[in-house]
Amino acid sequence: MIAIETLNLEKTYKVGFWRKRPKRALLPLNLRVEEGEIFGFLGPNGAGKTTTLKMLMGLVFPTAGSARILGREWTDPEIKAQIGFLPEQPYFYDYLTAQELLNYYGQLSGVPAKERKGRIEEVLARVGLVDVKGVQLRKFSKGMLQRAGIAQAILHNPKIVFFDEPMSGLDPMGRREVRDLMAQLKQEGKTVFFSTHILSDAEALCDRVAIIHRGELLRVGAVHELTSAVQGKIEVIWEGTQVPAPMKTLGAECVVGGDTVRATMPEAQQDAVIDLLRRERMRLISVTPLRTSLEQYFVEKLKSSEKTAGANG
Amino acid sequence: MNARIGYIATNTFREAVRDRVLYNLIAFVLLLSGAAIFVGQISIEIEKLVVINLGLTAVSLFGVLIAIFIGIGLVSKEIEKRTLYTVLSRPVRRWEFIVGKFFGLAGTLVVNAFLMAIGVFAALLYVAHKFVASDAQILVAVYFIVLQFVIICALALLFSSFSSPLLSAVFTFALFVIGSFSEDLRGFAGLTHGLTRWLATGAAYLVPNFSALNVISSVAHGEPVPAQLIVNNTLYALTYAGMAICGAVLIFDRRNLK
Amino acid sequence: MKPTGRTTVVASVLLVACLAGSVLFLRRVDQMRTSATLDDVLYVSSPKLLKRLSLGYDGLMADIYWTRAVQYFGTRHQQQAKSFSALAPLLDITTTLDPKLLVAYQFGANFLSPNPPYGAAMPKEAIALVEKGIQANPDAWKLYYELGFIYYMELKDYLKAAEAFERGSHVPGAHPFMKILAANMAQHAGDIQMARAVWRTTYESSQDKYIRGNAVAHLRALQVEEDVTRIQDAVTAFGKRTGELPPNMMALAKAGLLPGIPIDPDGRPYKLTAEARVELADPDQFPFVTKGLPPGYKAPTPKDLPQMVK
Repeated sequence: MIAIETLNLEKTYKVGFWRKRPKRALLPLNLRVEEGEIFGFLGPNGAGKTTTLKMLMGLVFPTAGSARILGREWTDPEIKAQIGFLPEQPYFYDYLTAQELLNYYGQLSGVPAKERKGRIEEVLARVGLVDVKGVQLRKFSKGMLQRAGIAQAILHNPKIVFFDEPMSGLDPMGRREVRDLMAQLKQEGKTVFFSTHILSDAEALCDRVAIIHRGELLRVGAVHELTSAVQGKIEVIWEGTQVPAPMKTLGAECVVGGDTVRATMPEAQQDAVIDLLRRERMRLISVTPLRTSLEQYFVEKLKSSEKTAGANG
Repeated sequence: MNARIGYIATNTFREAVRDRVLYNLIAFVLLLSGAAIFVGQISIEIEKLVVINLGLTAVSLFGVLIAIFIGIGLVSKEIEKRTLYTVLSRPVRRWEFIVGKFFGLAGTLVVNAFLMAIGVFAALLYVAHKFVASDAQILVAVYFIVLQFVIICALALLFSSFSSPLLSAVFTFALFVIGSFSEDLRGFAGLTHGLTRWLATGAAYLVPNFSALNVISSVAHGEPVPAQLIVNNTLYALTYAGMAICGAVLIFDRRNLK
Repeated sequence: MKPTGRTTVVASVLLVACLAGSVLFLRRVDQMRTSATLDDVLYVSSPKLLKRLSLGYDGLMADIYWTRAVQYFGTRHQQQAKSFSALAPLLDITTTLDPKLLVAYQFGANFLSPNPPYGAAMPKEAIALVEKGIQANPDAWKLYYELGFIYYMELKDYLKAAEAFERGSHVPGAHPFMKILAANMAQHAGDIQMARAVWRTTYESSQDKYIRGNAVAHLRALQVEEDVTRIQDAVTAFGKRTGELPPNMMALAKAGLLPGIPIDPDGRPYKLTAEARVELADPDQFPFVTKGLPPGYKAPTPKDLPQMVK
């Protein structure tokens, strides 16, 4: 079953004082997300990710096109009981406590009164807010608000969860927890659709990703498909100022500075390089991955799309 | 469907009650009622008059200010900040949101008026040492003030549906001031001719009729308010508020929430 | 793409219904309030206090009170009210808030002194009001005129009237007639010509439709009085000549006592009854008339004064 489907979903804003200049926030988008997968929606800031999400939520009206969620028209209000939404940097009612907030949302989502209390406790525990459930939201830190946001998104046990930049505002621990949570959601059979510009997260979690830039969909595919074509690079630093001759043949670019050499090379050569340094009895200082392969792919894809845009526009 | 309106209304009420602005203003009104006692002592015979006049005027004016502040804060701000996103991504219709907000706001202000009126009655008891039958008319005056609040709420919602918090507050307050002179506006319209007359008459009927809802002076003099006036004013307030809310629903339904 | 059609339809229909309803109830409330409004307006009847309360927006408040005063008078006039008790205070407040609002003084001069339903029957208050205006506006010759007008028209104090016209005639820019009025007031006060001159001046020196309408009504009445007197004299002369009463107007004309069949200011011929009384064809068109009325005639509801100007 297709969880989410967009059909030529498009949004053009009219900007300027007399609203004459069109700004294309989203070019006609055709996307399909399968049920049960974690789908990443990637792109730099301003690419159109949030616009797409808002249209799916019915917060913004598309200029053209439509979408279906779980087979029903996206404007059907009843379908909203089946989806959860975490907006970017959420903001809530200052004077409610976390528990009251979740209770309110539970009411609105139609969670029956009998189940509500239990679900709230469950969800609070899951996001780690049990201790502060009686504290008013205006006292929450950014990270805590993010967790509250996640809580309200999953409270009513929706089939699809939409996250907009779920990692923003979280420290590394928090991000880890959210990643684990998303993996759990998938195990529970839910579909997760999230947008982000942090590619390492996408690489770790997603089954498939879509890359979007300046409103245009550039590529959709499974992560391993995209990255198989691209190799990551690593950086190796060793003591001394000598560069062993075979380095160049291994594809390493070396820079000598002070009393160390810094070399970058394709990831695949990592073992060969380290062996070489050992044979030459050079002192290894560090081996660091420079970019994830998805990031590599992403950057190159963006560059090429800009070139085409430059050529066309 | 109706349950959701109830939930939204209750939540709005809860938010409002915990907002400190509310308490500050109520305290101010109570303070004024107390002050009225001292002002009244300047002239012995008109103590009661001053307490009722000053007290009820404070309830009306500050109540309107509260109505505007809270109305804007609870609606316009909610629309501007992203609180609304998580609400509308649930099975809540946009019109349910508007109607729920309205009832929550109106409910808050009714309670408000009630509390402030207690202050006035307390001050009255203090200066007059007892209540007389004609004091019941004060309740009518308070009821009319509540009707004023209802109209203000509806207007605040209407403006919030398309305008920023600051502008909404300004527009609503402006309509309050103009509405207080609405009878004069209609008189003025009657004296003009031609196109001016059409425009002035149109404006005079669209502007909320707050002048008729202000019976503070006559109540202070112990005059009864005719029952027919109460009925007609109530119906007027309800239809006017209804109009504003329908407008709010129509506009909000179409709004792109950036 | 559009939001739900059903909501739109319901909300639109409801909006129109509520709009209609609100206008309906507003009108009902208005009707109930007309008498109430001005009574509670005057709970703050101290002009000085009101001036302070206006927070500097005196001009606007004055305009508002002026509008109320005119409305008050107009409504009561229509209803043939027997008292106009709030008129003097309203005008007092108006002129305290804006002492330069000349039309308010003029209005008071014209409508405070006559008896109901054409005025408030308060000539003393009228004088006080105009004197107040003169103090604040010593260069306004019109106010001296109004003062003289009151003395002449209502109080019949021709000496004081002459004094007022005299004072006014010295103001630079005064209508030349002020001097003439002053000069003739003492001797010819009772003349119709005098009255006509005064009403003419009132008509010409004002823009307010009530004041003008009132002046026109009086001028018409004067014309009728003159006509009736003239015809009456002709009847007497006829009687002296022939020893009989004239059978009709034609007879008077044939006898050379009248230039033709006399017509009233509306163009209708005067009637001559069997007892040789002169009567108006349609007395209802002429308020303020004292001659030419059939016996037992009762004046109807006062005509809308502004209509008279047409």
